[in-house]
Amino acid sequence: MAVSEKIKKSRNPETRTTGKKRWHFLSNDQFQMQTMIWPGIILCFIFCYIPMYGIIIAFKNYTVLSNMMNAEWVGLKYFREFFNDPALFNVLRNTLILNGLALVFSFPAPILLALFINEIKNLKFKKTIQTISYLPHFLSWVIFGGIVLEMLMPNGVISATLYELGIIAEPINFMAKGEYFYGIYTLISVIKSVGFGSILYVAAITGIDQELYEAATVDGCGRFQKMWYITVPCISGTIVIMLIFQISSILNTGYEQIILLQNSLNLAFSETLDTYVYKVGIAQSRYSYAAAVGLLKSVMSVMLMLIANQTSKKTLGRGLF
Amino acid sequence: MSKSKTKSRSERNTAFDWINDIIMIILAFIMIYPLWYCVAGSLNEGMDYLRGGVFLWPRKWTLANYKAVFLDKAILNAFGITILKCLIGTVTSLLCTAMVAYAITRPNLKLKKIYIPFIMLTMFFSGGLIPYFILIVNLNLYDSFWVYIIPTMFSAYNMIIIQSFMRDLSAELIESAKLDGAGEYRIFFQIILPLSKPVLATIALFTVVTHWNSYFDSMMYTSSQELQTIQLFLKKVITDPSISRGLGSAAAIAIPDQATTLTPQVVKLATMVVTALPVVCIYPFLQRYFVKGVTMGAVKG
Repeated sequence: MAVSEKIKKSRNPETRTTGKKRWHFLSNDQFQMQTMIWPGIILCFIFCYIPMYGIIIAFKNYTVLSNMMNAEWVGLKYFREFFNDPALFNVLRNTLILNGLALVFSFPAPILLALFINEIKNLKFKKTIQTISYLPHFLSWVIFGGIVLEMLMPNGVISATLYELGIIAEPINFMAKGEYFYGIYTLISVIKSVGFGSILYVAAITGIDQELYEAATVDGCGRFQKMWYITVPCISGTIVIMLIFQISSILNTGYEQIILLQNSLNLAFSETLDTYVYKVGIAQSRYSYAAAVGLLKSVMSVMLMLIANQTSKKTLGRGLF
Repeated sequence: MSKSKTKSRSERNTAFDWINDIIMIILAFIMIYPLWYCVAGSLNEGMDYLRGGVFLWPRKWTLANYKAVFLDKAILNAFGITILKCLIGTVTSLLCTAMVAYAITRPNLKLKKIYIPFIMLTMFFSGGLIPYFILIVNLNLYDSFWVYIIPTMFSAYNMIIIQSFMRDLSAELIESAKLDGAGEYRIFFQIILPLSKPVLATIALFTVVTHWNSYFDSMMYTSSQELQTIQLFLKKVITDPSISRGLGSAAAIAIPDQATTLTPQVVKLATMVVTALPVVCIYPFLQRYFVKGVTMGAVKG
């Protein structure tokens, strides 16, 4: 009690002003505090703010030889070029489909898992299941994806099992068939992220008042009814926030996972905005063009986030900000 | 009376419980199986593995694949770089981020009103991949070991988590240390850091795992063989057949009696197992930390 009062006092603006009176320019303590914060501030400035300024190259003709300042202005040339790019349709389609699938499968999966983990009665069993479900998250994409690629080989376990069961007539090289890419990618992402994603929801469920369940039991509610009428509404705040994040990242696919699973045979289905920026920008050194595509993507992401937030505020009465 | 009745009902295992438990076991199997498959394959003889069918248990046991991993200079070098990257990266990042977090929690820090939004903004906006890449090149960090360390030294997100923990520490401690004449650095290193161990452990775990698992930074910002991390090495082996063919050739010379059976596939699997092992061994014991970390980040961030 005394401690919390003390903390309150130290946050009180009045006591702070008396502290200020004692403060002299370059007083020892103040100087030490400033030196503590400067490294972080300088790093922020260099690695976050300078790249933000660097976005101007999207409007300039920046090459390896020129520098950011004296490169000539070209206005919206690269944005126009992107809209006439023959790759545009494929890239946008793949990005939207992969993220749409993520919204439909990867997003609700952790919620479902959390609901069912919550129903496990044996505590030891519950802990074990939870621990195991985190495992794929801690394996890197290279390892987890690499193993799955190995399993998807024509002589791998998946082909062999399906063959034994009579579902397929001959071994299939799954990664050579581009049309399977969406499914494979979504499945791998769900397996990799579902356990870790459920932590948040399990924590939210643990925080629900047990009396609600007791009251519902007295009223004769079954397991599913309790799940649907108590658990889900109680964690809906967490769900909405996560949903807004998910929608705002609908144009992000990340680099590591896609680049790993990408090969020349599935390129038509696996090229996304992110990997396209990487390829055009780094491999082909078309910096300005890639920066323009990247900027366009960021702007659309921010807009999506604002729209999602507004919609959520209007319909559900709560949002991020 | 009604209470005891409901209790007995909830304690009895219904059909739902059994089905739920079975689904959970199947899920757990799906989560574990890829790694299991990898371990089984890595303990199998190379030529025999190519025949297929090594799905649950090695058919012809051998440790030659693991020998091959530890005889390969490129792999050992990649492991060395990765370990250095993890150690130096985590220590510097923790120190730098915790220092900022401590300074932010001090009530009499000057210019705080500028610093906080300055840092917070970086969480929501970034310049994107290309301007960042150009910056790295212009700073001469491209293809240098420090590209792994310096850009990730400060994390705004981690700073928020650490400072929210430090804020809850007793202010009396700091005041009394002040009265005893301790400076800010002394208070930070001798009082605040030791007290913040739980939150620092959480952040350290996440930082170590991120450093250990990422390959994109290595692929983007380095080009020389000596600087590639183990994850990038594996990525190249997985996606580029011309590189994977060379895998195990060093071992074939060193252990000639195994040379005929050694194949790149199984050496690759063995490398994956060795790479995954540290993370797999550590994470169950640190679970309580990262569960705390995730929920803390969600509440405060």
